[in-house]
Amino acid sequence: MDASRITERTYWRTWIALMALAAATFGLSFLDLGMLHVPVALLIAGAKATLIALFFMHLVQERGSIPIAVGIWFLLLAILIALTAADVLTRDVMLRPPASGP
Amino acid sequence: MATIATAPRPPGPLAAGRANYLNVETTVRSWLGTTDHKRISILFLLGTTASLAIGGSFALAMRLELLTPEPLFMDSLTYNRLFTLHGVVMVWLFMIPAIPTVFGNFLLPLMIGARDVAFPRLNLASFYVYLAGAAVVFGGMLASGADTGWTFYPPYSTTTPTAVVPVLLGVFILGISSTMTGINFIVTTHTMRTVGMHWSRLPLFVWTVYATSIIIVLATPVLGITVLLVAADHALGLGMFDPAHGGDPILFQHLFWFYSHPAVYIMILPAMGVITESVATFARKNLFSYGAMVVATLGIAFIGFLTWGHHMFTAGMSTFDVAAFGALSMFVAIFSAIKVFNWVATLYGGAIAVSVPLLYVFGFLFLFSVGGMTGVAQASTSLDVHWHDTYFVVAHFHFIMVGGTMMAFLAALHYWFPKMFGRRYPERWAVAATMLVIGGFILTFSPQFWLGNAGMPRRYHTYPAEYQALHVISTAGSWAIAGGLVMTLVYLVVSLWRGRPAGANPWGSASFEWLTPSPPPRENYATPPRIDRGPYDYMPPPGAEDGAGHG
Amino acid sequence: MASAGQATRLEPHFQDLAKQTHAARLGMWVFIGSEALLFSALFALYAAYRVAYPGAFEDAAGHTNLALGTIMTAVLLTSSFLVAMSLGRIRRRLARDAVLFLAGAAVLGATFLVLKGMEYAEHFRDGIYPGVWYRASALPGQGANIFFTLYYAMTGLHALHVLGGVLLLAWLAWLVRRGRIDDAYHTPLELGGMYWHFVDVVWVFLWPLFYLLR
Repeated sequence: MDASRITERTYWRTWIALMALAAATFGLSFLDLGMLHVPVALLIAGAKATLIALFFMHLVQERGSIPIAVGIWFLLLAILIALTAADVLTRDVMLRPPASGP
Repeated sequence: MATIATAPRPPGPLAAGRANYLNVETTVRSWLGTTDHKRISILFLLGTTASLAIGGSFALAMRLELLTPEPLFMDSLTYNRLFTLHGVVMVWLFMIPAIPTVFGNFLLPLMIGARDVAFPRLNLASFYVYLAGAAVVFGGMLASGADTGWTFYPPYSTTTPTAVVPVLLGVFILGISSTMTGINFIVTTHTMRTVGMHWSRLPLFVWTVYATSIIIVLATPVLGITVLLVAADHALGLGMFDPAHGGDPILFQHLFWFYSHPAVYIMILPAMGVITESVATFARKNLFSYGAMVVATLGIAFIGFLTWGHHMFTAGMSTFDVAAFGALSMFVAIFSAIKVFNWVATLYGGAIAVSVPLLYVFGFLFLFSVGGMTGVAQASTSLDVHWHDTYFVVAHFHFIMVGGTMMAFLAALHYWFPKMFGRRYPERWAVAATMLVIGGFILTFSPQFWLGNAGMPRRYHTYPAEYQALHVISTAGSWAIAGGLVMTLVYLVVSLWRGRPAGANPWGSASFEWLTPSPPPRENYATPPRIDRGPYDYMPPPGAEDGAGHG
Repeated sequence: MASAGQATRLEPHFQDLAKQTHAARLGMWVFIGSEALLFSALFALYAAYRVAYPGAFEDAAGHTNLALGTIMTAVLLTSSFLVAMSLGRIRRRLARDAVLFLAGAAVLGATFLVLKGMEYAEHFRDGIYPGVWYRASALPGQGANIFFTLYYAMTGLHALHVLGGVLLLAWLAWLVRRGRIDDAYHTPLELGGMYWHFVDVVWVFLWPLFYLLR
């Protein structure tokens, strides 16, 4: 697996992008985004994770089976979170423990 | 045209002194420190068989107690500990590891034309981690054993006075062993196939073990963290699922079943692979549809991850989730049905040679179908509300796990015994044992459907007198199963020394593991084989010149 | 992890070195996938509990140390960068630079752990403990209680992985120093680096969930 496409310049650029994204998240946390707060934060975190995976972990150079594996993991995580959270979200209010919620 | 008729001539009966993986070195050290996948498979065979015996003894004790409606010779705490440990030992020390670590280990490299698995030292490590996990579980068992059921639901599991923490930690360690095996098999399948071994020429057993390994790697960590959280709650007061501190016990069930439902597919997929291999060989016929079997295998693996909530219909989950999981649970049956139809269609019109592995296959086909259909019935929430936590559920999963997986394990043991040990077993004794096991199984577990439907709850050691007749029949059946299994153990062990020598391919199979001598040499293949046909090419497809087509 | 050895160490069961290296990398990705699911279960618990206690979670997140958390993020991101650079330097036969970068990454990792310890101490002073030990008067209520139970469980598990990673980086630095890893054979460095980057990715998600969504 030849690594000539990823050079030290790639690493520098990735690092700068990561720090910039971190600063952006930090700054955004002071704004009032209401309901968008969580999705935006997670999207930026996802962008950082993608950069780390693609360039620090060389995912951009791997062939077939490895990117598919990463995709499957992500799908499974989404299913686990979605159906578990959906349970709590859609329960009747009376079943929640007292002194909870907003 | 490379059909079975032009396959290399099998060598004669085991020539005295021919070197093979068993006799190349015979010191204890060479066995305990081996990195040969075949020897590691034998080590796992010893471990899993011992676990089966122990877990089975717990079951026999429980069935003995259930002969009478009133307590016979144990109190409720003892009974609770027995069914807990029966579940823990059977699930994590036998059902999940057995076919993959014994037959997967032995056959995967042979079937793909490789010299070993990708990470042989990791393979050996996985055996010792298995032993360590078993030791911790048994330590907990001897201390005061857990009484929570193998499902460890909080809040009871976080407050019980029994030694649940070592049992939980033992399960965690066993999960690590399982994951090591899963990683090894995935990488082996991807990177060590020999020349010409395209994905479309892999034996179905390889496909099922591969799909199983994917499930293992994805699901087991979730169980791992969950049992750690419960152990931390019990020992340290972490309180992740404690309602008094904001926790929700139902979330434990979500995480537990997120693993434990795919876990049952870990148990059944390799079994299905065994059935496919046996069916093709003993029908001497191409598979009805290789592609459909691959799609069904991957479909079961994927959909199996979407159905976990059907264990929680009455737990207090939201009705939205109840509906979603009910619908999703129906889908997985489609892929299992594809497989059953495929097996039957393969047998139909084949040149059937009845032999003990095929008898276990017949048992599997019938019992797995009944078990599967009762599973679909329970996926219907309105029915499950009545059956949940009754013997109906117990019967359902024993039909699948024992009637399915254990039958396949026994089929595999007989089918590959000649390859692994170079010997034949005595056919008449084996047929008798098979009848005992299958007949005993039907006797043990069929009454339990009626018991459950009539309202007999599971995990109870006393019951109203009107249920006794069915319980007595069930217990009698359990002795028949035990008798059949003991017989099997005896004649197989005796055959190791006294069995007739077997040739390389006693069943006349077209699959690739039979290309090696029996038993195989240490390095499997002196030169890697070149594959130019599928594993089930008993008959060339119409009009084809080469043997590369498949049915 | 493949044992350190000569540059062209081919195991007998592999057909060629390229396959062997690919197998090692695939194995590492699969292992990381399993580790990712270990944390995923905890993220699922966070999601479910956040749905149950949205207000309490926001209030509780306001009681974490934003400054420390942000510094820790910068520390880990930079340590990942250093590990990546060490691989780049090894490929250019600059082993001494590689050792320095690895050592630097390990030091940053240790710094992370020290800062985490300081944070925990701060929480303990406020009575913020996990589970049944929780007694923060500033944040009564079960929602805050379970927030911090999750906080300790997830950052604690992560910190254990950081500790393992620091030891791993130190060992890799030693291997480079001894010449057991060089430009021709550096698979252990690649695999170890992948582990460290994964640990960084987990923190990238922990940071907003516990510090920023306030």
